[in-house]
Amino acid sequence: MKFKHESIEINAGLLIALTMVVISIGGLVEIVPLYYINDTIEQVDGVRPYTPLELRGRDIYQREGCYLCHSQMIRPFRDEMLRYGHYSLAAESQYDHPFQWGSKRTGPDLARVGEKYSNEWHVAHLSDPRAVVPESIMPGYPWLMQPLEYADVGDRMRALKFTGVPYSETQQEYDANVTKFGQGVADSLNILRAEKNLVQQAQTGNYDGDRARLTEMDALVAYLQMLGTLVDFSKYDEGYFAEFR
Amino acid sequence: MSEAKTKQQGAVQTTGHAWDGDIQEFNNPLPRWWLWGFYASVVFAVLYWVIYPAWPVGKGYTTGLFNNITYTVNGEERSRHWNTRSLLVKDMQTGDEALKTKEYMQKVAAADYRQILADPDMMAFVRSVTKGLFGDNCAACHGSGGAGVMGLFPNLADDDWLWGGSVEDIQNTITLGHTGYMPGFARTFSDEQLDDVAHFVLSLSGHEVPADKVARGKQLFTGEGGGCYYCHTAAGTGMKSQGSANLTDNIWTIADVQGQTELTGKVDAVKTVIRNGVNRVMPTWQGRLDENQIKLLSVYVHELGGGQ
Repeated sequence: MKFKHESIEINAGLLIALTMVVISIGGLVEIVPLYYINDTIEQVDGVRPYTPLELRGRDIYQREGCYLCHSQMIRPFRDEMLRYGHYSLAAESQYDHPFQWGSKRTGPDLARVGEKYSNEWHVAHLSDPRAVVPESIMPGYPWLMQPLEYADVGDRMRALKFTGVPYSETQQEYDANVTKFGQGVADSLNILRAEKNLVQQAQTGNYDGDRARLTEMDALVAYLQMLGTLVDFSKYDEGYFAEFR
Repeated sequence: MSEAKTKQQGAVQTTGHAWDGDIQEFNNPLPRWWLWGFYASVVFAVLYWVIYPAWPVGKGYTTGLFNNITYTVNGEERSRHWNTRSLLVKDMQTGDEALKTKEYMQKVAAADYRQILADPDMMAFVRSVTKGLFGDNCAACHGSGGAGVMGLFPNLADDDWLWGGSVEDIQNTITLGHTGYMPGFARTFSDEQLDDVAHFVLSLSGHEVPADKVARGKQLFTGEGGGCYYCHTAAGTGMKSQGSANLTDNIWTIADVQGQTELTGKVDAVKTVIRNGVNRVMPTWQGRLDENQIKLLSVYVHELGGGQ
């Protein structure tokens, strides 16, 4: 039978279906191979999922819309490397759901802000940016000093586990994490100990400068202070990560 | 209206179908320039697939015709197909900017601090390159001019140094970082005692304060109860090894004494610091910056105002 364009044009349902097929081809061709090509995620040591406290900090980062002005993606260009440090790796955001790469930089990129400034600086800066950087146009976030709600942190981890992040609930999952990340990290990924771990990290880290209280500032600063610090780039030569592209 | 319609209908055919009885669609040929543009872009796409990495194949992908991005790793030359990461490695090694910077970097790396400070050409390089380094890494706390923030981050532009102001000391500070710590004395001293110690501290820098308070404060300062002299020394001049402040020079970075006009305000400022203590961190930079960058920054900070 001869193909007739008219048969598509007069059938709205068919037209919609075929339009979607044609449009999705472009996306599928670009995205799907990344799931099975060997080199998509670089082989690198040190990357792990977030601890419960960092995870709460990340949630606050998203709640406050930090990503609207700050990217977390250092591109492989000379000027970016000189300013921000080593370019971001796919491996470094493999446990991010959703990722925070972004493309809008009203403020600087934050992919490697971890350990760059002191906790005191972050607290002072988040509370009132112009108190430390007079030329800053960032809004202040003084309400981060409110108590952190963390009773639901286990559920938040379970939700991420559903998307493939290796948080553990059973002994078997825990053992797998010990093999993959080592004992210390595996403990921090244990959902059953999440609340205890969260409080403990906030106490030890003392991110907001007051051990007596557990605030949202603790969580957010803990998150900011680990960003981009998991991979030790001195262990890899200049050309190593280029081999994956 | 109907006239124009008939005229056009004579010139080109319609697609043949009619909607709602009489709505028809002309079957005009595409403009020539558009058609040739379309063919050209098809040819371009095919060439692109061949020359550049393009199609996923199995667990890998086509890498393109050329293997011509060349750079050196550990003395060994490597060639890779076109990709942005290899281009970056090449650009950082042999790009125009990189070569220009490298020439001066090697000069700076080979010279010692005395030579750098004495050579106007090298100093011009230090100032221009390091302004960016300082802005990216140091200015967030110390301010773009190095003036710091009263109470939080030290002023680098004056000639008062907690951890030493020679270029070597500055290099040490940048490389390893510091933790500036003074315990709070809220539990050790009563409010009256805090008042006395604060008066004594102010007397060290030449403030005119009641002698009886100074005498009592001095006893507490040099006594074992407070033990202030452990770090600040009995004369109050501070110790480089502890990062303890010189209290005699009337330069203040934590208690905002200069910002107060009345003596009571000055006393309160000092008292607050003694009561609450100090806990400040200068991060370590040795993992983030390389040796030469730290060298450049040390010279730059030294030159901000008060290098010793």
